[in-house]
Amino acid sequence: MQPAPPSDWRPSAPLDTLQQRARLLQKLRAFFIDRGVLEVETPQLSAAATTDPQLHSLSTQYIGPGAHRGQALYLHTSPEFPMKRLLAAGSGPIFQLCKVFRDGEAGRLHNPEFTLLEWYRPDYDHRQLMTEVAELVTHVLENRVPLGATEWLTYEDAFLRHTGLNPLTASGAQWATCARQHGIAAAGLDPDAWDGWRDLLLTHLIEPHLGLGRLTFLYDYPASQAALARLRPDKPAVAERFELYLHGVELANGFHELGDAGEQRRRFDADLARRKTLGLAWTPPDERLLAALDHGLPACAGVALGVDRLVMLALGAQRLAEVMAFSIERA
Amino acid sequence: MATYSTNEFKPGLKVMLDNDPGSIIENEFVKPGKGQAFNRVKIRNLRSGRVIERTFKSGDSIEAADVIDTEMQYLYSDGEFFHFMNPESFEQIPADAKAVGDTVKWLKEEVTCLVTLWNGVPLSVEPQHTVALKIVETDPGVRGDTSGGGGKPAKLETGAVVRVPLFIQNGEVIKVNTRTGEYVSRAKE
Repeated sequence: MQPAPPSDWRPSAPLDTLQQRARLLQKLRAFFIDRGVLEVETPQLSAAATTDPQLHSLSTQYIGPGAHRGQALYLHTSPEFPMKRLLAAGSGPIFQLCKVFRDGEAGRLHNPEFTLLEWYRPDYDHRQLMTEVAELVTHVLENRVPLGATEWLTYEDAFLRHTGLNPLTASGAQWATCARQHGIAAAGLDPDAWDGWRDLLLTHLIEPHLGLGRLTFLYDYPASQAALARLRPDKPAVAERFELYLHGVELANGFHELGDAGEQRRRFDADLARRKTLGLAWTPPDERLLAALDHGLPACAGVALGVDRLVMLALGAQRLAEVMAFSIERA
Repeated sequence: MATYSTNEFKPGLKVMLDNDPGSIIENEFVKPGKGQAFNRVKIRNLRSGRVIERTFKSGDSIEAADVIDTEMQYLYSDGEFFHFMNPESFEQIPADAKAVGDTVKWLKEEVTCLVTLWNGVPLSVEPQHTVALKIVETDPGVRGDTSGGGGKPAKLETGAVVRVPLFIQNGEVIKVNTRTGEYVSRAKE
């Protein structure tokens, strides 16, 4: 007897959802074209990779002209580095809609391959960029999701309000006590891994309160989570980084971009040292990005927005798979 | 010691937690874009039945529980233990009253049950969804009444009491839904 043919050839999203998704993508593009922002495409395969210890790059092997012994190439986790090289080369404001890849991430709100909208605004700081993010998201969700007045919340205030702890000064023991008091039984967290505890409380206690019926911007992240953001000149304990939440879902991450090549190199080195401590593979830092920063990155702010999540919220879906043609299980 | 990584978590996976065997009910992957990934898990403790929540750092591993569900035939009770037999290997295993629990009221010799074994020892015993049992005590039936309305209590051969329609007679064999404890139909002999 022939085995029954698999039924998972079918899309994970209904076709009318894919039609609506296409319209939302058109709306995103039109927003930037109307504002004179240039659409660009940068390589998904790169000789360099992110050094961020919390991001895991997928890699592949290129064999062919110029690489007869084979060359490791990494699928980008975001198009940030080449887009900054374009900015340094004088591109002016740019945006990109592309697939990015992150190993190890799958679930209701994660797919190892997903669509990112990333854009950069020369002469903007993170506050001006937050305003534009709000305009874009409000425009896209118009007549779909009613939104109240936007909420602006510092990372510190969010923790004080929902956990009672100051995230910039709390001790390891305080983190653990707070988690226990809120009924969170967490295994395997190092008492000194402050950012691990912050992420635990953020995901379990704070995120569910963010963006309920309105956009919530969380900003002024701890300097240890600056990633590629500048530190605040008047308060170097925090970085000029923000995140956007809607309905408890993290939608976008943005920075007032770090332009200092020396500081960027130090952060790469610190990331690589941390990767080593965690037993993660070494990844090649982007020397071409450093050279571009050395040449001069115009003062700018940039942000990356998860398009699948935005479409999911726009259509009232509960899982990313409901708005993707084929989620990873069917890829 | 067998272990499972968080990447293997899925509903139904049997794991050890606080020295007790558990079964994963729900597994959610959460991760701030630039932060630590976690698996938020709901696990049923297979000894107490309680559901607990636990969060693991993604990539960590936990001990696997040697828990298997196996169909076994109920043989007899010796007053202390209930004895079951694996119909293929003929191996016999005693289950205590705690493992049998409420299932005792559906246990009839030679019926097949789903026995959950932890390290070879019965943790729980589930009856089949419907069982056929003989009525040993009920009020005389009203022969003409097949409406099924009303009903009356009937004691079954295993001691369970269920409500049956008025037309059902003492000595008849009926099918009962073991999940709800409700009468389903007359059993066809």
